[in-house]
Amino acid sequence: MKKKFSFERLAASPYVVWSLLFIIAPLLFVAYFAFTDSDGGFSFQNIASLGAYSKTFVMSLGFSLIATTVCFLIGYPLAYCMARTSERTRSVLMILLMLPMWISLLIRTYSLMALLDNGGLISSFLVDHGFEKLNFIGTEAAVILGMIYDFLPYMVMPIYTSMTKLDNRYLEAAADLGCNGPKTLFRVIFPLTMPGVVSGITMVFVPSISTFYISQKLGGGCFDLIGDTIERQFQNAVTYHTGAAVSLVMMILILLSLAIMNKFSDSGEDIIV
Amino acid sequence: MKFLSKCYIFIIFAILYAPIFVVVLFSFNESESLSNFSGFSLYWYQELFRDGDAFSALKNSLLLAVSSSALATVIGTFAALGIARARKKWTKQIMESVANIPMMNPDIVTGVSMMLLFVGFVSLLGWLLRVLNLSQNFDGSYLFGFWTMLIAHTTFNLPYVILSVLPKFRQMDKNLTEAALDLGCTPLQTFFRVELPSILPGVLSGLMMSFTLSLDDFVISHFVSSPDFKTLPLYIYTQTAHEVKFSMYALCALMIVVIAGLLLTVNLAGSIGERKQRKDAHAKGGSK
Amino acid sequence: MNKDVLIQLKGISKAYDGEVVLDNISLEIHDKEFITLLGPSGCGKTTTLRIIGGFETPDEGDVFFDGERINDLPPYRRQVNTVFQRYALFPHLNVFDNIAFGLRIQKRKGEEIRERVKEMLALVNLRGFERRRVSTLSGGQQQRVAIARALINQPKVLLLDEPLAALDLKLRKDMQNELKNIQQKTGITFIYVTHDQEEALSMSNTVVVMAHGRIQQIGTPTDIYNEPVNAFVADFIGESNIVDGVMLADRRVRLAGHTFDCVDGGFGKNEPVDVVIRPEDVDVVKVDAGQLCGTVTGVTFKGVHYEIIVDVAGFKWMIQTTDFVAEGETIGLSIDPDAIHIMKKSEFSGMFGDYSSFSDELDKLSDASEGVEEE
Repeated sequence: MKKKFSFERLAASPYVVWSLLFIIAPLLFVAYFAFTDSDGGFSFQNIASLGAYSKTFVMSLGFSLIATTVCFLIGYPLAYCMARTSERTRSVLMILLMLPMWISLLIRTYSLMALLDNGGLISSFLVDHGFEKLNFIGTEAAVILGMIYDFLPYMVMPIYTSMTKLDNRYLEAAADLGCNGPKTLFRVIFPLTMPGVVSGITMVFVPSISTFYISQKLGGGCFDLIGDTIERQFQNAVTYHTGAAVSLVMMILILLSLAIMNKFSDSGEDIIV
Repeated sequence: MKFLSKCYIFIIFAILYAPIFVVVLFSFNESESLSNFSGFSLYWYQELFRDGDAFSALKNSLLLAVSSSALATVIGTFAALGIARARKKWTKQIMESVANIPMMNPDIVTGVSMMLLFVGFVSLLGWLLRVLNLSQNFDGSYLFGFWTMLIAHTTFNLPYVILSVLPKFRQMDKNLTEAALDLGCTPLQTFFRVELPSILPGVLSGLMMSFTLSLDDFVISHFVSSPDFKTLPLYIYTQTAHEVKFSMYALCALMIVVIAGLLLTVNLAGSIGERKQRKDAHAKGGSK
Repeated sequence: MNKDVLIQLKGISKAYDGEVVLDNISLEIHDKEFITLLGPSGCGKTTTLRIIGGFETPDEGDVFFDGERINDLPPYRRQVNTVFQRYALFPHLNVFDNIAFGLRIQKRKGEEIRERVKEMLALVNLRGFERRRVSTLSGGQQQRVAIARALINQPKVLLLDEPLAALDLKLRKDMQNELKNIQQKTGITFIYVTHDQEEALSMSNTVVVMAHGRIQQIGTPTDIYNEPVNAFVADFIGESNIVDGVMLADRRVRLAGHTFDCVDGGFGKNEPVDVVIRPEDVDVVKVDAGQLCGTVTGVTFKGVHYEIIVDVAGFKWMIQTTDFVAEGETIGLSIDPDAIHIMKKSEFSGMFGDYSSFSDELDKLSDASEGVEEE
């Protein structure tokens, strides 16, 4: 439809160059390092040696799946309740939900750590009331709780958005056609908010499986997740080949999970935010 | 039912804010305890302000946030223009999916991949210098720091700018552009006089988001920075690696307050704009 | 070439994704003319306008402006301005700044700008609206601002793309008169695009009827109405009964089993033709006084007249009469020779002009959808 004005066609070119240099090229570097040895020769050695990390992979997957599930179980009803409040309340709740997303995850992880600290508020409250001293930091539960706490808003936000976009007439039509409350929820609301759910799950699962400071801080260094492995490989190790291989495998793992999820929900196009 | 759902909202938000509240509260604690608030004091803030490293981290953070968000906003806005006006469908799709890569990829992978790029670039440079006989033992590590951080932060900010500007271009009446051309504007004049004002809310929210993301980022910075260029999150991370430091709680509290202020400003500005629009619509209804 | 030809289109063709929108269009537009491109949605009228405005380039053919080829001249270098369908006023500027936009781009002096904006506001009857935000204006007021904004540049040609489509009926009538006045006052050539035949007939000096990417007929409104060249034009402009006929000789035509006198000639002996008879030109008479006779199958009261559908040996005619006739009645029909218009057979023969499936409502429905589709 458009005449070719050169300005419009050139507008994206700085971005194209930028993304080739700093998005595509770095990923190629990861692949390159993953498939070479320290002499620069092609090698499957890095990938093959990942067998040693299988426990790490399984543990990371397990932790992040639990965290994602709990986030969904808490987040979906929360989004539903939020969408049903008055417009004024909603705009306040919206800001309250966004604020944690704007605060650095590092700071929020520290905040949670301060609260859960073995000498912290909860712990001393329990001791004061005659319970046993609870060493929460360093447990699996603490790591998973950290993931849930950090990423819950990322689950709620997209679901809430798709809830508010939901046309009220659908609900009226459903009620008119004889759906009661729970039936409306499962037959009408849930399917229609599926795109929000898919992107919520993505936005919790991806950072959970790749985190390293949550497990470092709340896990007290007792749990080695994929993120920790990669971080250690790149911060301390002499060569980056193993780290690159772990990163590559994790990326593929994530892509596979997303693909499987898209298969189960037919709204794959809306997966991004 | 209504009551129950309000209770539920309240409980979840209370849990969400409890840790933040605790940090802000105990940053004013007189003693070094996380369980016993013994008295109000600004001691930890004084401690923080005495710390020169904290100031240089603040300076670095601001410098980086301002420059990377500005750069990302300029590149991203033009990119959105290009994507919105691309004539072939597949060009659009490829550009949009590439834009999504840094958003979909885990931060750690983005960080690691950028680090590898920079390492690769430095060794390539060293090899070139050796071959050209300019320098035998080139140490490129000084290249890490501000510039690598700027590139990395701009890269992860770009998708957010594009994502907030692109819909504005799509919502914009296509005839506005044509009207401007028709009235004698060159395409460049059209962009600055007509298109930019129409998409400005998107550009500003992209800018704000980039600024905040850059200020907040820890994971990606962790991989591409150098020990002598620390931003606030990196500084907090290294300071608390082995011990709890109460002055860091003060720093966290300050950052929380600043971010909350930013968020409120953005939202207030947005809601004022909306109200103005509604008023216009109302005036229009009245004049009929 | 005629001296006062301002714009000339020569053999213009244009296709989108293989779909032909314009098929070898040639057209001359004269200075100070009010010319209307008229046709149903998808006929290529808007594309023609956009080619003149510089928003599209033709695949084939040339566009001349004052004798100069301007195919590749961008819109901002053309002495042509456009009033867009949905006004396209700049939302971030007030009325004054919208109108002053073109002059500001030309870097005119503040004094001159103020004066000319004032002049324009007077021309479009919006005195005192300078400081209003455009979002507070009604549709009609926005339309006036759009016209003022385009006219202030003193273009040689003003392009108007269905400018009244979004207004309600009453306002549309007023604006039609106003546009016509503005055109006469300023002496600027207007090229007007519409799908509303009434608008086209009442406003223009010249009407260009388009269909299927081709020009069907160019002429004055009276020519187009009285002497349509084919069934499409006859049907699109006003109501028409289009009947198959055979030319027996010059001024003798046989149709519906009866031989009529008419005023047209120049056809071959016994050549099959399309015959157009306007509903208001048929007189209702007693059965034995009529040339034809038929049964009334439908009567609709229209205010000024009744609209009746008459079945004459299986073909349904529409007739407008001021006398009431009851449904089921048998009546006679009489047609004067000068009410009979003969057309050559064309690709549109047999597609229009039979009222057997006629419904007012259907007509309106398709009208409404047309207004929406047309971009």
